[in-house]
Amino acid sequence: MKSETVAALQDARTKRRAVTLATRLSDAAETLVYLDKAEGALANDAALLSAARRAMEIGRSETVDLGGEKIFLNVYVPPARLIIVGAVHIAQSLAPMATMLDFDVTVVDPRGAWATGSRFPGVKVMQEWADDAFETMGLDVSTAVVTLTHDPKLDDPALEAALRSDVFYVGALGSRRTHAKRKERLAEAGITEEQFARIHGPVGLNIGAKSPAEIAVSILGQIVEARARRIEAMAGPKVVAA
Amino acid sequence: MSDALDVLDQVGKWKASGKGVAVATVITTWGSSPRPVGSQLGVDETGAMVGSVSGGCIEGAVVKEALASIADGKPRLLDFGVTDEQAWDVGLACGGKVQVFVEKVN
Repeated sequence: MKSETVAALQDARTKRRAVTLATRLSDAAETLVYLDKAEGALANDAALLSAARRAMEIGRSETVDLGGEKIFLNVYVPPARLIIVGAVHIAQSLAPMATMLDFDVTVVDPRGAWATGSRFPGVKVMQEWADDAFETMGLDVSTAVVTLTHDPKLDDPALEAALRSDVFYVGALGSRRTHAKRKERLAEAGITEEQFARIHGPVGLNIGAKSPAEIAVSILGQIVEARARRIEAMAGPKVVAA
Repeated sequence: MSDALDVLDQVGKWKASGKGVAVATVITTWGSSPRPVGSQLGVDETGAMVGSVSGGCIEGAVVKEALASIADGKPRLLDFGVTDEQAWDVGLACGGKVQVFVEKVN
């Protein structure tokens, strides 16, 4: 592996760009394949590029046989992102746990007293309204959004924006009763029944969680499950087709 | 996948400090194996490790090959598993098989 390759992979992560490193096992020759370009020894090999981009799409590294040469395709996709709306007590447990699970975590809360770096060491904190923050960050399929404020004026705009995007997970803290009221409000804002059904609410797996840390575990378990199911769903039919 | 990048972060730092470094990557797995394809272990010339390619069962053997790769500059393809000769020494307790590619960082 070349030092430049190591640097290129790190750079791609910083910019949240997907990249596949294709290595020919016979001589360790390397090619970096991005969605829009390729660099390296085999950058002009059409079969390699198409195999690398397919691997990138389903997010799975694998060894392939191309013209009698074994090529290892190592896929580096940007880490899944978790946006926590509400810099509350549960968030203080959820943020470090999610970081440990390799999520790229951002906490969003417009309230200055809550959204402070000292309450969330090592995590990105944005003191902004969620819908504004989402616009800056750009919600995508590798993003999960969870609202924890309990306050409709903070949670609702976040949920509305999340439901209009293709994030892979939306969760909202609150009891069944709160959730029913939320449904009415969001319906008035034009959220359809189908869109609303994407919300995991009451949030989290039913593990009898009580303390903030336990609730964080139940939420994180549900997010991990949602991510795994999504990857399975994407990988399944493609593998059969191949 | 980002944990693989944390491995590369450390590899980059070792390299920048002038150390000889190798990277081992799980490239194929069969049956039950502790770490998925793409998992990486970085090794410096002193034998220091970052990351993992198994639950700890084969790291010792991989480090040995990584040090050899740092010395001679050649990549290596290693097979570990129940049918392997080495299974008695460094087999996977889980009964799976893994193939590991080891290469020097140039």
